[in-house]
Parts: sequence; structure tokens; C-alpha cells
Amino acid sequence: MHGSFLLVVAAGDGGTSLIGLLTILMLAIFVGFEIITKVPPTLHTPLMSGSNAISGIALVGALLAVIALGEGSTREVSVARWLGFFAVVFASINAVGGFLVTHRMLAMFRRKK
Amino acid sequence: MMGAFGTFFAQATPGTGGPVIGSQGADLLYLIASVFFILGIKGLTHPRTAVRGNKFGAFGMFIAVVATILKETDLDLGMIATGSALGAVIGAVAALRVQMTAMPQMVAIFNGFGGIASSLVAGAAFLLAIGSVSSLQSSIATGASGLIGSITFTGSIVAFVKLLDLRSLSKIRGAIPGQKIWNALLFLGAIAACVWVVRDPGNVSAYWTVCAIASVLGVTLTTPIGGADMPVVIALLNSYSGLAAAATGFVLDNNVLIVAGSLVGASGVILTAIMCKAMNRSLTNVIFGTLGPSADGPSADEVYGGKVKAASPDEVAMLFDGAQRVVVVPGYGLAVAQAQHTVRDFAALLESRGVQVEFAIHPVAGRMPGHMNVLLAEADIDYDKLKEMDQINPTFGQVDVAIVIGANDVVNPVARTDPNSPIAGMPILDVDRARTVVVVKRSLSPGFAGIPNPLFAADNCYMMFGDGKKAMIELIASLKESD
Repeated sequence: MHGSFLLVVAAGDGGTSLIGLLTILMLAIFVGFEIITKVPPTLHTPLMSGSNAISGIALVGALLAVIALGEGSTREVSVARWLGFFAVVFASINAVGGFLVTHRMLAMFRRKK
Repeated sequence: MMGAFGTFFAQATPGTGGPVIGSQGADLLYLIASVFFILGIKGLTHPRTAVRGNKFGAFGMFIAVVATILKETDLDLGMIATGSALGAVIGAVAALRVQMTAMPQMVAIFNGFGGIASSLVAGAAFLLAIGSVSSLQSSIATGASGLIGSITFTGSIVAFVKLLDLRSLSKIRGAIPGQKIWNALLFLGAIAACVWVVRDPGNVSAYWTVCAIASVLGVTLTTPIGGADMPVVIALLNSYSGLAAAATGFVLDNNVLIVAGSLVGASGVILTAIMCKAMNRSLTNVIFGTLGPSADGPSADEVYGGKVKAASPDEVAMLFDGAQRVVVVPGYGLAVAQAQHTVRDFAALLESRGVQVEFAIHPVAGRMPGHMNVLLAEADIDYDKLKEMDQINPTFGQVDVAIVIGANDVVNPVARTDPNSPIAGMPILDVDRARTVVVVKRSLSPGFAGIPNPLFAADNCYMMFGDGKKAMIELIASLKESD
């Protein structure tokens, strides 16, 4: 029993339709372009480090791969959970470090009285 | 073998206890997380709302992680806690200790981590699907995730190393003969391996082949790119890390990965375009082209011979007598010399005499988009005083003194006047139109474009030679003496 990780990679079982996912992709790209073009140059570095932190969303996928071993677990499962473990480490560095450093930078931007 | 998984409602798995929320509940939380990501980036459209925006983004990430853990019943929570604690500590220490001048390296390496995380996740998904039949969608997406994620990872590491020590490493362009052909072959090889992944979804070697070829490609694509082009490279790698996450979203049928990945991808693409425009170069030219001194351009001796006027800090201080409007033009040399705080003191001193002081920021002034703004904000300079190129250029005619600190190519008037120059057409800051120009620089050595700068020999220009910080400290002392 490997939860939705298997559910989605295995064919024929539920999941969102491809067209639905493509719709989400297209809409998200348009929303992204609309709001990001409005970010002023002065905030481009925080925008990069902040959006970079958001790309740490791979963390969600990484969590799904860290499957508890049980009886009858295959070799694939034990390799996959280690891949998942390292992905969790890398993605957490990306997300936690990214949001924190962005916060540090943004706190410096102020208007003097 | 997979059993019937409940798609819409939580289903208890015998022996392990049921999930707290079902797939639908998790999808709802993912939607909320996506909304927070969008609100987060929207917050970044103004310095006033930016801090809150970033918190929204972090909160979105938190919700997405919680939703995932609540939905699943068979995760090894101990291992997850260990991995995320380890990552969080490393990330936090790096984020709290990094110098603002080192921000480009930091963003580069974090980018790389995001990229490899996506590749590893796709690899894990591929492994777990072995024995069952993968859908075409997930195997195409797996190939894409491995390809983009691996290029992002190794490309970012090369960019990181290059940025660590600009002075010695930026010269390594590492171009081997037939570079483009090798890159093209590698790319075709990677695509072929992706086709292999799709055709043979039971063979994990296919996936690792994609990753291996793409890793080499990441290195060979990034190594030849020069230090001055790093802003473009970092922005591009930023967009790749987003695309890799979005591709992983297609592997896992996961909306929040697709939304977050697309937002990051869009952000990177926009910043890449802005950087290319600021250098008047196409993306292809930055990645594959070379920028060198044109053979028929005037030599340094012809440009400078006997016309350059060096001025001492005392002499420069006198130029500020009666000045009403002063514009500071910071370049990367200012960051290298860590002179931003000294420049702030200099601006404050002039302002105390009633002078209007502004900062003119060229889009590629630092090593990443907006880098100079962060450095000046760190020195507590009001963001309202930081002017964009298009905003300040028409007003240089009314500037009494323009003081250029550690910048060269971005103030080279040749970009406007000589159509054969390697920087022809590049938008520059028109400091030469100011009444008086002071250039603080170590020597007359050329910038990244490798060409002499006629500004330094102009009638209205004075050179104050020396280290940016030391020279500014001396200038401040001279200004105070003359009071």
C-alpha cells in the first residue's frame, strides 16, 4: 500500500485528467506573467529568492516517496524512500533557506521618515 | 496489486490506521496553498507589502506539507522529520549568515537544490511505478523532470562556483572547440534517453541515463558563460527549477506543484528577458555567443592618451561646492569593496548640506537582477532614492555631479555612439551628460566588455583612483574639512 504516490503513477486509476492539469498549468502561467511584470526592479532579487523558495514545493512530492517499510516491501520501495529522503533534505534547504533569506532582505527595504 | 484507493474520501488501510483527510480534502488544501503562493508573489509588487507577501508564500508551503502528511497513511514520518529538520537547519543557517554581496551565489545554489529535489522525486516515482504500467503522461513528465532538474542542478553548481570567486574564475570560459556541436549532441542524447523512458517504463536505467546526460549538459552549457552574464544565467536557472517542479507535478498529478512551478517558471522567464534587454543581447547570444573586444576598435592608448585627469579627494571635494543635485552610480565594484555603508554616509553628508542625492541603478549593476538595490537597502538607503535607468536618464543634463563607483561598461557612451562596438546599443546610464563626472575606480582597466571607456577621457570627467571604500572615506574626510 503505497498511498497516492502509486495511485498516480500507476495507470488506469483515478487521478486528475491531463486536460485538467494542462488547464491549471496555462492559467498559472498567465497569472504568473500578470503579477510578476508588476514587480518593481528594486525588488527583483527578493522576487528571485522568494520564487526560488516556492520552487521548494518539490518537497510535497519528496514526502510522498518516503514510504514506511513493511512486510513485503520491494527493493524499489527501499531505494525510492532514500531518493525521497534526499529530496526532502534538498527541498527543505531550498524552501526554508529561501523564505528566510527573502525575509532578511525585505526587512531592509524601508522608507526613512 | 495496488488495491482500490479511495480518490475522494479517506479510506482506512488495514493495520496502519486511516488518513486524516481524503484526497479531496488534500486537494482543497493544495488549492489554498496555491492561492497563498499567488498572494505571496503579488505582495512583492511593492516594498510595503513585500514582507507580508513572503510570509504568505511560506505559509502556503506549510499548508501544502501539512496536507500531504495528513492525507497519507504509509509515510515514514520519522525519516521525513529527520530529513526536513536537517534541511531546515542547513537552510536557516545559510540564510541567516550569508552576506548580501553573496546573494547571487546563495540563490544559485538553492536553485540547484530545488532542481535536484524534483529529479529525485521523479526518479522515486519511476521506481515505484515499475511493475505496473505507467501512463504516457507520467513517463513523459518523468523524462522532462529528470532532464530539466538535472540541468538545473549541475548548471547552478557551476554558476555558484563561478560567483564564489569572480576575479579568478570568471576568466575561465572553458569553451572547447566545437562547443555548440557537443552541446547539441548531448541535448539530442538526453532527448533520446527521454524517449527510452517513455518506451520502456519498466527500466530505471533509462531514467538515470536522462539524468546523467542532462547533468553533463548543465555543466557544458554554463561553463562558457562569462561572469558579466551571470544575472541572465541565474534568472534562467530560476525558471528551470520552477519548470522541473511543474513537470514533477505532472508525474504526480499534483496541482500545487504545477501552480507553484509555473509561477516560478514565469518569474524566471520575465527576469531573464529583462536582463537580456538591459544588455541588448539575445538569450541565444548570452548562452552560445561570445563577447570580446572588437579588433578594429580604438586602443586604450588612443582613447586615454594624455586626456585622463586624475583628481585627489581634496580636489574632488571642491567639485561638490555649490552642487544642488548629485547622482551616485553604483556598480559591482562598490559591492566588491563593501563600500555601500560608506556611500550611505557620503550621501547623508551631502544631504545635510541641502544637496539632493539620488542613486542611478543600471539593471545589470550587480550580479543578479535587483542586486544593487538590496545592497543599498542593507546600508539603510531609502528605496525612494533608488532610480531606475529609464527614470533618471532624461535628467542627467540637470545633474551637477555624477559620481560613478566601481562601474564601467554600463556608463560607456560608446554604446550610444559606435555601432561597431561590442556593447553597441546596450542601454547605458547617460552620466556623460552631467555637468561634472567623478569616476572612482582602481585603474583604467577595462570592464567585462574589454573595451576602453571614452568617458574617462572626457573634459568633464575626473578620475579618483583607488579602492572604492577607501577613496570614499577620504572624500568624506575632505568634504568635512572644507566645511
